[in-house]
Amino acid sequence: MQDATIKQLRSILGPDGVLTAPEDLAVYAYDGTFADQQPDLVVLPTTTEQVSRVVALAAAEHIPLVPRGMGSGLAAGSVPFAGGIALATTRMNRILEIDAGNGTAHVQAGVVTADLQAAVEKIGLFYPPDPSSIRHSTIGGNIACNAGGPRCLKYGVTGDYVLGLTVVLPDGRILKTGGKPIKDVVGYDLTALFTGSEGTLGVICEALLRLVPRPRFIRTALAEFPSLDDASHTVNAILSAGIVPVALELMDETAIACIEEAMHLGLPRDIEALLILETDGGHEAAVQDEIEAAARICRETGARRVQVARDEAERAALWRARRAVSPSLARKAPNKLGEDITVPRTAIPEAIRRIKAVSAQYGLPVVVFGHAGDGNLHPNILFDRRDPDQWATVEKMVAAIFAISLALGGTLSGEHGVGALKRPYMEQALGPLSIEIQRRIKRALDPLGIMNPGKIFPD
Amino acid sequence: MTTTNDHRPPEAAYLNCIRCGLCLAVCPTYRELLTETASPRGRVALARKGLEGELALGPNLFEQMYACFDCLACNEICPVGIRPADLALALRETQEATRPARWKRPLFRGLLPHPGRLELATLPLRLYEHLGVRRLVYAFGLRKLFPGQLADLEAMLPHLPQRPLRHRLPEVTYPFSAAADLLLDPLPAREGEHLPPDPICLNLKGDEGHLTPRPPSHLTSRPPSLRGKGENSSPPRVGEGPGEGSPRVGEGPGEGFPRVGEGLGEGSRRVGEGPVARPMRVGFFLGCAQNVLFAEESAATVRVLARNGCTVITPRETKCCGMPARGYGDGEAARSQARFNIALFEQADVETIVTDCATCGSTLRDYGELLADDPAWAGRAAAFSRKVRDISEFLLSLPLAKPRGRLAARVTYHDPCHLRRGQGVWREPRRLLQLIDGLEFVELPEADWCCGSAGSQLITHYETSLRVLGRKMDNIAATQAQIVASGCPGCQMQLTVGARRRGLHIEVTHPIVLLDRAYRSAGDEPLAVSRGRRATDEG
Repeated sequence: MQDATIKQLRSILGPDGVLTAPEDLAVYAYDGTFADQQPDLVVLPTTTEQVSRVVALAAAEHIPLVPRGMGSGLAAGSVPFAGGIALATTRMNRILEIDAGNGTAHVQAGVVTADLQAAVEKIGLFYPPDPSSIRHSTIGGNIACNAGGPRCLKYGVTGDYVLGLTVVLPDGRILKTGGKPIKDVVGYDLTALFTGSEGTLGVICEALLRLVPRPRFIRTALAEFPSLDDASHTVNAILSAGIVPVALELMDETAIACIEEAMHLGLPRDIEALLILETDGGHEAAVQDEIEAAARICRETGARRVQVARDEAERAALWRARRAVSPSLARKAPNKLGEDITVPRTAIPEAIRRIKAVSAQYGLPVVVFGHAGDGNLHPNILFDRRDPDQWATVEKMVAAIFAISLALGGTLSGEHGVGALKRPYMEQALGPLSIEIQRRIKRALDPLGIMNPGKIFPD
Repeated sequence: MTTTNDHRPPEAAYLNCIRCGLCLAVCPTYRELLTETASPRGRVALARKGLEGELALGPNLFEQMYACFDCLACNEICPVGIRPADLALALRETQEATRPARWKRPLFRGLLPHPGRLELATLPLRLYEHLGVRRLVYAFGLRKLFPGQLADLEAMLPHLPQRPLRHRLPEVTYPFSAAADLLLDPLPAREGEHLPPDPICLNLKGDEGHLTPRPPSHLTSRPPSLRGKGENSSPPRVGEGPGEGSPRVGEGPGEGFPRVGEGLGEGSRRVGEGPVARPMRVGFFLGCAQNVLFAEESAATVRVLARNGCTVITPRETKCCGMPARGYGDGEAARSQARFNIALFEQADVETIVTDCATCGSTLRDYGELLADDPAWAGRAAAFSRKVRDISEFLLSLPLAKPRGRLAARVTYHDPCHLRRGQGVWREPRRLLQLIDGLEFVELPEADWCCGSAGSQLITHYETSLRVLGRKMDNIAATQAQIVASGCPGCQMQLTVGARRRGLHIEVTHPIVLLDRAYRSAGDEPLAVSRGRRATDEG
């Protein structure tokens, strides 16, 4: 990058806001995957106006620009494969307003999701989306990937809580969408367009989020299943009984073993699957009835034991464990590839059976866990990337897993996004017409192609 | 973490980091600076890229390893078992092995391992206090004239002892003697701006007892000696007796021992339960900072141990635990000091080695790992490490006499990183404080978040250290406590700086000091025979 450009960036951001040392570039080369490519420079803006000026400069110089939050993504969506500027929003971390009357929060993109949750919960409000990375991911990143999480089963995904956005467009102009009204049908829904756009259409700088009342009562149960097949059938049995749990999480025996090694919770090691169930609401008796009804169904469908968490500490430990499942798998191998398929919920047992068959066929372990209640499964392939044979096998297995999902009426990704890793399968999933329309939208907003190039679209 | 022959950490130390980012949430430097470079994940990536040749192992890469505060929060949270904080220390050693810094050898080999030289080197500080210069500085507000960082460093200093404790503490302190010869240096008068606050006074119920340096004869027919190898026929020692079943570090679950900090109270006895007729022989590891700066605290530690029936052996030749050397990459110096201390305490023939310094404790407990690759020492080091207990942990494994003094104060507690995470000790100090009548204990929000001291970060990473300290002081101020207790000299110095910077009138001290005050105000009759009954009566 030219010295003059760096100088201009420093004048916009101050000396602390521009990083150029090799050590800085080396650590902005990755996200939560194994992908690795250095940017030419890192910027750390603190305001929307600074972002606007940086993007305008990038546009003038035709420099690629990749927005990122805390880099916890699982699809290599924020890895700067084309070099250029990595724009980290982590210092845009102010909560600008919490409007309790209207139930909204206006935040900068770099606010850590868990910090926002803690702030609103103090005043009896609730921001439900809870990706497993809540403590190490940002609102901006959550919106850019339309993040999910266990509670989505009852409460919906991040996008369901975005009322409006402040976006810096690829030419540097600042667009504001939406507002505090819940209902708003004026014009195309640009808020929804930018939600899940993975940094390819602009930089999400601020968000207006919808809050709901904090549920007063929560019950969480843990059901032990000797058979994985029984556990997966149970999911639909509960949902079909008219119960709407907050979350219905499944983990298989390898997931249980890894988390037990990491956290020593005393989980049983002689079963094939665990289900975590949670109910919540404003009436204690109703919440209790629901968890008991769900527990009863579990026992009828093959659970060996169902325990309800005795207190908040036990419940918190359970969720801490659940959130650590994905990384803990790395105890078994240097690399893992976590997929994110989603199938219609009646297809869950069949999807799990076929995924396990793929593992048996190719000889690499596939761990299955995920948000079974909404059909969102995370098959994780464990491998060593330094072995070229293993890597070739992994690629074949990924294709096979995607084929299973599509054949069962599912999709490639429920909450991680496409990023770079799922691009080759996009056309298969969506068909050429959908891809063509999306390419036109991209060109309309980013004719220079500087915003997060090389993501989402197949080559 | 042990390094390989070429002083490089083994591949397993970083290979399986999948860069999930969980550690970013708990890292004090990341949460202040908000750059990946200042995060544990970033440091692991840099270590790997440097060791694998993708990046030069240059000064800026090593600087990122020095920017780590070694608070161990990342070690604790990593579900994969990567220990980024340990890796940062290991890389410092890699640097020293390849391009040693000239100034380090004289400091870490020439000065720190030699208590006498260290005492001499810190003499100017004691003179500064005891010739009255410090009093003048405060009385006339001269500290304001110091440049910012120097003023903060001055503020770190506690009231300095007139003489290092090593020269006042007997090598053997007998039980129930409560050692009159350990009495404190008189504290200097405190007036003027930004005063170090007065200690909160106890409501004395009785006079300070008549203390005798001689052990009651029925307890020690043969006086224990420091080189007491021939004492095998003496009554069972600590670890065999009442301490049995107390949590231990380094022994995983599934081996029959509760994990540290968990299950407390199941194995250990309750306060005031049952009499103890046997004197217990414990070694006391007198750390450097305690010796020359916080002598008052270690005097309190020994007094409390003696008061609770322990014969305390304090080897005078004890060397620095080795943490400063390790922290600055001189692993060889650290290992050499470890070997010396191990041999020294073997001679002392004790079953338990007590320390009142969080950093010493975690380092001593790590000797086993530090010397794991040294066939001649691995076993001895592991045996040494197994004996180490923090003072709070050890006291709670005893049938502890209930202190009679009242301390009517609002007290909070800050967890030293090297005590909570380094040793798994966090319930015990809180319980000790709650033994004191009148004391209102208030839990500190984010009590286990690093205070920013990390040994010398206020010197080497001043801005970051102050920012981390700021978060801590916000939380402390919110408790409205009059005293903040913390069992680590580094934390105490840092918190004192924080309090003085804010003009916050709060006493910073070691929990043992408060306990000792509560004991000393109780009227100290000889406790030996009726001790258990008395404690029960009070309880």
